[in-house]
Amino acid sequence: MIPVFIGILFILFFILQQAPGSPVSHMMSPKMTPAQKAELADKLGLNTPWYFRFINWIEEALSGNLGYSITHKKPVTDVIKDYMGSTLLLSSISLVISILIGIPAGVISATKQYSKTDNILTVVSLIGISIPSFFFGLLLLKFFAVDIQIFPLFGLKDPLLFSNNPMTKYLDIAWHLVLPSIVLGLGSTASFMRYTRSSMLEVIKQDYIRTARAKGLREKTVIYRHAFRNAIIPIITLLGFWIPSLLSGAVITETIFALPGLGKISVEATMTRNYPLILGINAMLALLTLIGALVADILYAIADPRIRYD
Amino acid sequence: MKKKYKRKHKRRNQSYWGEVFYNLRKNTMAMISLLMLLFVMLMCLIVPMISPYSIETTNMQQMDQSPDKEHILGTDKIGRDLFTRLFYAGRISLGVALSVVALECLIGTVLGSIAGFYGGIVDIIIMRIAEIFMSFPFMIICITIAAIFGNSIFNLILILAILSWPGIGRIVRGQILTLREIEYMEACEALGISDIRRIFKHLLPNVLAYIIVYATLGMASVILTETSLSFLGLGVSPPTPTWGNMIQEARNTLVIQEKWWYWIPPGICIFISVMCFNLLGDGLRDAIDPKMKR
Repeated sequence: MIPVFIGILFILFFILQQAPGSPVSHMMSPKMTPAQKAELADKLGLNTPWYFRFINWIEEALSGNLGYSITHKKPVTDVIKDYMGSTLLLSSISLVISILIGIPAGVISATKQYSKTDNILTVVSLIGISIPSFFFGLLLLKFFAVDIQIFPLFGLKDPLLFSNNPMTKYLDIAWHLVLPSIVLGLGSTASFMRYTRSSMLEVIKQDYIRTARAKGLREKTVIYRHAFRNAIIPIITLLGFWIPSLLSGAVITETIFALPGLGKISVEATMTRNYPLILGINAMLALLTLIGALVADILYAIADPRIRYD
Repeated sequence: MKKKYKRKHKRRNQSYWGEVFYNLRKNTMAMISLLMLLFVMLMCLIVPMISPYSIETTNMQQMDQSPDKEHILGTDKIGRDLFTRLFYAGRISLGVALSVVALECLIGTVLGSIAGFYGGIVDIIIMRIAEIFMSFPFMIICITIAAIFGNSIFNLILILAILSWPGIGRIVRGQILTLREIEYMEACEALGISDIRRIFKHLLPNVLAYIIVYATLGMASVILTETSLSFLGLGVSPPTPTWGNMIQEARNTLVIQEKWWYWIPPGICIFISVMCFNLLGDGLRDAIDPKMKR
């Protein structure tokens, strides 16, 4: 896992080195002489080869210093800290929603294969994976925020809300997150449903399910105790790989709903060529992804007792 | 009586691919999707012939018009005909998706088969690299690279293909790993057939079905990615229209509220093509492996 992480950082760093323009041109004043520019470049360490700077960056990162964001006038770690909360909140809400809806819906449609419920759920999940999230988001905005104005159009907090009651504040944030989490959750709900359905169908055909039925167990026990436990294993592996795509989805959702989150500032950072911030965010997200994979591995071992890690 | 027998007999002698097409033809949804896709592609190809307008011509007397007889899908804020632009945009969106899938399948197949065939240290290195590429926060790395190298169509195709090859690479590797152990490969070795010939002539044709299914489903996901990037302003940039950057207009509340013809048609086009590719891909998978059917 650690080699993979270092590999990611290495490739990122290499790509960012290819970027045109130098940080000096962002920081200098127009009056500077070429000699002063060279001195500034020297001070910033731009004259050392990039692999030295990479090692240097890693050393600094380990001690908690990711550099300085010029546009925010703050250290990168502070910028990330400011914006990370809403992204994590949004993605975890959508993940929980999609697990709570997608997996049971998949089980139901598998157990009632070819029934009316199954057909409806299959069509809904097909629409869910096929509709572009930004288009779906805009449609929701049109109907629920512009035509009938029940949900707010953008942002995370109501700027006109002056209240010191924490409950009102939380409710306000929750109200602002309803549409974004539906948009972000739709795609993953639909995918979880499809994966659960096909995995469940495969398990139900197995001999041990027939045996369980033959023993005279109740249908509920057969499905939820015997079949589900085995069907869930491939879904758990999927969860680990799901985090990058959830974070990618957050970029689009945050842009549409103008939420102050990592996705939105990373788009801004690329527009303003704020390299320390881009590198910091990417490193952060890569770390989150790998932690996700690790958690999935652990859950995998819990769900499947045949697997043991030494 | 005799005729019936003949038909039955003919089917039994069908080749592998004949069987696949026979199964696919029985799948109504997949066939409808295929026809829809062919229709959209045809429209994209013949749009200069059926539309009297070009994508660049602006008409200041007919700005911001809602759909009418003259402009089936209305005009935009500088008087360009949106129906014409919609299908020119389709050319770009579908063309980009096609090139990305072709390139990603090429890279993935070559690397995946090398990893699966040689195993050992080669396998470990290639799969580690694949793992690194899979752990990237896809969208963010896409926009980073697009911002650095400039957002030309060519760069976009290259970026998307390079970031998404591990998917097909892992599938090909897995298949080759199992196929390698079958006896006919031992026979190949005994006959002294070269490695490259063994991979391309004797192993890859058996994996082709999986690659085709993956490519069809891959079309759907690449269309989604490209349009999302273009929507964010980091894919194909206007004046060249794509379905994604046409919807970009709707980041303005007034357009969302009143001018549906700006952004609903491209959205529906994306939705339909992605859904059709998904259905066709599912249909192909069922046709290739009837045991796996639903």
